[in-house]
Amino acid sequence: MLEIKNLVVQIEDKRILNGLNLTVNKGEVAAIMGPNGSGKSTLSYVIAGKEDYEILDGEILLDGENLLEMEPDQRAAAGVFLAFQYPLEIPGVASMTFLKAAINAQRKARGEDELTTPDFIKRVNAAATQLEIPKDMLKRALNVGFSGGEKKRMEILQMALLQPSFCILDETDSGLDIDALRIVSEGVNALRSPDRAFLVITHYQRLLNHIVPDTVHVMHGGRIVRSGGKELALELEANGYADYRESEAA
Amino acid sequence: MADVTLMKTPAETALVQAFESAKTALPGDGESRAQAFEHFAQQGLPHRRVEEFKYTDLRALLREVAPFAGTPSAEEAKAALAGAKALAGVDALQVPFVNGHFVRDAVDFHALPENVEIVPLAEALANGHDWLAKLSPVKWANDNPVYQLNTSFMADGVMIRIAGPVEAPVHLRFVTSATSAVATATRILVVVEEGASVTLLETHESTDGANHQPNDVVELIAGDRTNVQHVRVNAEGNKALALSTLAAKIGGEALFNSINVTAGAATSRHQVFAILDGENTNLRVNGTTMLKGTQHGDSTLVVEHAAPHCESRELFKTVIDNEATGVFQGKIIVPHHAQKTDGRMMSAALLLEEGGAMNNKPELEIFADDVQCAHGATCGQLDEDLLFYLMARGLPKKEAESLLVQAFLGEALEFVENEAVRESLVGTVEGWLKARA
Ligand SMILES: Nc1ncnc2c1ncn2[C@@H]1O[C@H](COP(=O)(O)OP(=O)(O)OP(=O)(O)O)[C@@H](O)[C@H]1O
Ligand SMILES: [Mg+2]
Repeated sequence: MLEIKNLVVQIEDKRILNGLNLTVNKGEVAAIMGPNGSGKSTLSYVIAGKEDYEILDGEILLDGENLLEMEPDQRAAAGVFLAFQYPLEIPGVASMTFLKAAINAQRKARGEDELTTPDFIKRVNAAATQLEIPKDMLKRALNVGFSGGEKKRMEILQMALLQPSFCILDETDSGLDIDALRIVSEGVNALRSPDRAFLVITHYQRLLNHIVPDTVHVMHGGRIVRSGGKELALELEANGYADYRESEAA
Repeated sequence: MADVTLMKTPAETALVQAFESAKTALPGDGESRAQAFEHFAQQGLPHRRVEEFKYTDLRALLREVAPFAGTPSAEEAKAALAGAKALAGVDALQVPFVNGHFVRDAVDFHALPENVEIVPLAEALANGHDWLAKLSPVKWANDNPVYQLNTSFMADGVMIRIAGPVEAPVHLRFVTSATSAVATATRILVVVEEGASVTLLETHESTDGANHQPNDVVELIAGDRTNVQHVRVNAEGNKALALSTLAAKIGGEALFNSINVTAGAATSRHQVFAILDGENTNLRVNGTTMLKGTQHGDSTLVVEHAAPHCESRELFKTVIDNEATGVFQGKIIVPHHAQKTDGRMMSAALLLEEGGAMNNKPELEIFADDVQCAHGATCGQLDEDLLFYLMARGLPKKEAESLLVQAFLGEALEFVENEAVRESLVGTVEGWLKARA
């Protein structure tokens, strides 16, 4: 599904990704763990198409299509979704207006009819109920004045509505209380399907008890330095990243 | 007699000739016209070395003076009004003007709404109506050359008296349907008596492709405890040089809320001169300006807090696409006795492309010591991170930009109280954005 080959990325002359290789298969949930500053968010931004980065080498293929040649909206239409580590507040843009514009833009790009308003509202209400998002939150401007946890839930609501095929969750668990973590995880698990893959970035094993990954990758210094099964997360939780730092120094 | 030696440009010479030949034909006693024109002639067309016209150099912009428009035939007027689009869906008392002339037939004088009285200005000038003494209520306007030109040439308009609460809005609809360039000079006087309330709509439309030169003045005298909601729409044709002035004198414990929405004209300048003349009055003057191509849009504002305990809010939002130029000049004046004044003025501009420009000049002139006044001006581009966020959700770039621009302008539009009008204005913004996509 997603294939990243030898990705080298820099920003303002600072190299952040150093020949990163990663494959995520259809139906797979892949977790990425790694110390602060190792490049996890950078990787997610580069996949989603943020402009600031200079791609020096490598490629990113989604179902064989070269993502690096597409605009962010085209990538979204192709199925990429990034749940932001820090979702942005957009004053003056009503959440519902935004959701409707996003859904219909993607439908249009895929040559589908726009949703009717009743159909749209029905879908939003269903997703909001599942994620226990109060209706009056949706009446406000997008993310404005939302708590940290509410913003994260809003990201998952968008994911549930847009039904992407490749979902990146960048520290979606940070800022969530215990109940919210369960609710959001259930929301994510409900979307798991043989046609959909997830890249779950997290610092804590805890999330992976709820969203059980198929593979775990360790990112360090802008590369995947180790890959394994879900037990790798437990090992990292116990030992930290000290081993990788030493190997870097050596 | 005007001093011709100081008038150098061909346009200035043409204005002198136009005045000479028009003054006997124009209605009313020529005295005040002659005086206004003489004042104008002493300075001539203002240019960039005149502080208030630094960014809108009328001497350079007004190359050729268009002939003043004649009165349209009944059929012409009817056709022009039938094609008018601005705020078309809004239920209101229509007070229409075509080519600068009041369309009398379109108003049923026997069935005017309660508390509304309308007097045609041309007639009032010719007969020396009592209310004429109320013209020019704001001293700041008298020194202004654009206003002086209007006083010199004003040919028609209406005087409206609002004696109590008026339910439906009063819509001053200006349409210029002439296909070759014409000049117009209209004057509106609205007197809102103590305790009365009214919504005044003012829309200006003209044909594309002709260098029309409208110069419109609306004067408002609002008494104590009045509530006046005013919405002005500039939807002038794409070649027009549109000059306009709002001069308002507001009494105590009153509310006055005015917004000017500019999308039309090649060059426009909207001037507001407002005096808060009684205590505890609340004034809001907003602006929403959308400019593209090589359009030039100027909003110039003088608000005098002539009484203590008043609050004023001025919020101007300008969106500039392509190589367009925006201007904001705002001044809040607080004389020494106007204690407890609370004034806040803000101009924010968004440049959508590299080639555009915005000139911001907010000023405070404060002589009282116990006041709260602030002003601010910003000029920036759309936030790249917000654009990315929207695009990452599937919105194409233009659409993402449109959402953000709508949100930006919406902050000024949200103060329009009449819902149908507000929705229509939101539609204008959407239309403008669609046209750039
Ligand atoms: N715009 C930028 N300019 C300069 N350096 C940047 C920029 N963006 C990111 N970096 C740097 O790139 C490195 C990787 O950042 P990134 O946000 O990808 O890390 P991360 O792995 O997501 O960290 P965390 O776990 O703290 O979220 C960091 O050292 C960061 O300071
Ligand atoms: Mg990060």
